[in-house]
Amino acid sequence: MRNMNLRKLPFLALVLGVLLHFEVVADGMRDTVVAAMEASFEAKKQATMDRLDQDETQTLCTQHAAGILPSAVAERIMTLNRATIRPPPDGQYLGDWKGGELIAQTGTGFQSSDDPTKPAGGNCYACHELSGSEIAFGTIGPSLRYYGKVRGTSPTTLAAAWAKLYNSNAHMPCSNMPRFGHRGILTDQQLKDLMALLFDPASPVNQ
Amino acid sequence: MKSIYGCIRGLLLAACCVTLAWAQSSTEEAIAEYRAMFGDENPAELWQIRGEELWTTPRGPKNVALAGCDLGLGAGIVTGAYAQLPRWFEDTQRVQDLESRLVSCLTDLQGLDEAELLKSRFGDGAKKSDLEALTAYIVAASRGHTMSVSIAHPAAQAAYDLGHGVFYYRAGPHDFSCATCHGESGKRIRLQVLPKLLDPVGARYAYTSWPGYRVSQGELRTMEWRLQDCFRQQRLPQLRYGSEVAIGLTMFLAKNAEGGIMTAPNITR
Ligand code: HEC
Ligand code: HEC
Repeated sequence: MRNMNLRKLPFLALVLGVLLHFEVVADGMRDTVVAAMEASFEAKKQATMDRLDQDETQTLCTQHAAGILPSAVAERIMTLNRATIRPPPDGQYLGDWKGGELIAQTGTGFQSSDDPTKPAGGNCYACHELSGSEIAFGTIGPSLRYYGKVRGTSPTTLAAAWAKLYNSNAHMPCSNMPRFGHRGILTDQQLKDLMALLFDPASPVNQ
Repeated sequence: MKSIYGCIRGLLLAACCVTLAWAQSSTEEAIAEYRAMFGDENPAELWQIRGEELWTTPRGPKNVALAGCDLGLGAGIVTGAYAQLPRWFEDTQRVQDLESRLVSCLTDLQGLDEAELLKSRFGDGAKKSDLEALTAYIVAASRGHTMSVSIAHPAAQAAYDLGHGVFYYRAGPHDFSCATCHGESGKRIRLQVLPKLLDPVGARYAYTSWPGYRVSQGELRTMEWRLQDCFRQQRLPQLRYGSEVAIGLTMFLAKNAEGGIMTAPNITR
């Protein structure tokens, strides 16, 4: 027994060495990537160079993108992002679904080619199925067809959906969905209109 | 109750799939019709012809043709060159993609001004790009060739690794990286199919069909154009032409497409 363990030692040391080596390589790679990004871009209109800078969430999600997210990192990301969520100041979650449909259809906003004085869209149809009449929908996200009809409109359900729109990473670390409220992509009023698109019984999503 | 609901859902889904397939095939039909308008000709040929002329005609302050331009297979050799790019070049001591290599040849051999060349790197209506035309000509000379890119040189390996790292780099107001849109197969943005560029299947599909004549723009678009346009959608600043990141990503995609057969320039959406 004793002998066995001793014989395993060099093997364990090797595994440990390899793991440590990977950490170092990964760190070195991050510096290389950041430096290359800085050297390879130039500001264009509203797309200024600070857009290359990563916040802690983006840094962690990049670092672990090719592998499995360790649970401690997942916890850290969710904690960071949960802290950003602000419910609507007047407590009203639902706006106008017609406005929401327009925002969901609009793909412009924040690109160097976009007019920065116009409100940004949410581009929800790029990734989600919503209303039945829009067949040109993408599939990066799950279908949101009949969203409110299936889930109802209890306060917890509304708060959870608001949280998803406000900051997708609060409950799904490294989600592919933008953090629309937290990153200032959409205003509170736009988010309310999108909530109505999801939950209003009259919305085409629920028809 | 439940099964009726399931049944309706199934029917709706089936109807949806049919309409979707119809919508997609109608786009394809539109492209087919457009092709038919040109007879058997691919409009990319106009760029190829202009590119061949630019390659063979003496030009620039030094008034020479590009017969001395080495794309990796020897001076003046065009056939099959694109299928082995990007690569390490001894003379420039850099890993270069086709487009940055062309810039080197046009400036070093012909004495043309780099800033002037880059002003019209992408064509726009009446303003035609010499770099796009030359690219079309050289890419077409690799049709039917198998993608075979070497990363044996440490700098080529480093370019590949950089491309891999950049592929996952999340940034900008929307948190997008290449992997957001090209990290899984079978996904779409609206109706546009997004190839998974990490897999041989998706990478070959994407890489071997570029550059392409884009019907929606009436222009021939190259890989440098494709990459800077995806970065625009990512809400990042402007990618510099021939930059480390542009070449690293191209190396990453080209190597992942190893074994694919070049078909470009094609007609695309
Ligand atoms: C770039 C892709 C993308 C865009 C754009 C996007 N989403 Fe998402 N969305 C996702 C993904 C991926 C998920 C699943 C992961 C998650 O929950 O974060 C998701 C999840 C959701 C969910 C939760 C679904 C559930 O099961 O309860 C809602 C609600 C939602 N999105 C609404 C929206 C709305 C409204 C918009 C537009 C303002 C939008 N999304 C834009 C990708 C996207
Ligand atoms: C926000 C979404 C998005 C992001 C982020 C994105 N792309 Fe794309 N990409 C697209 C779309 C949409 C197309 C066009 C598909 C079409 O024209 O049918 C495309 C096409 C491509 C193609 C050509 C494939 C083809 O089918 O014609 C390549 C190569 C590519 N992207 C590489 C990249 C790389 C590398 C990155 C990161 C630097 C990136 N993309 C980031 C959306 C994106």
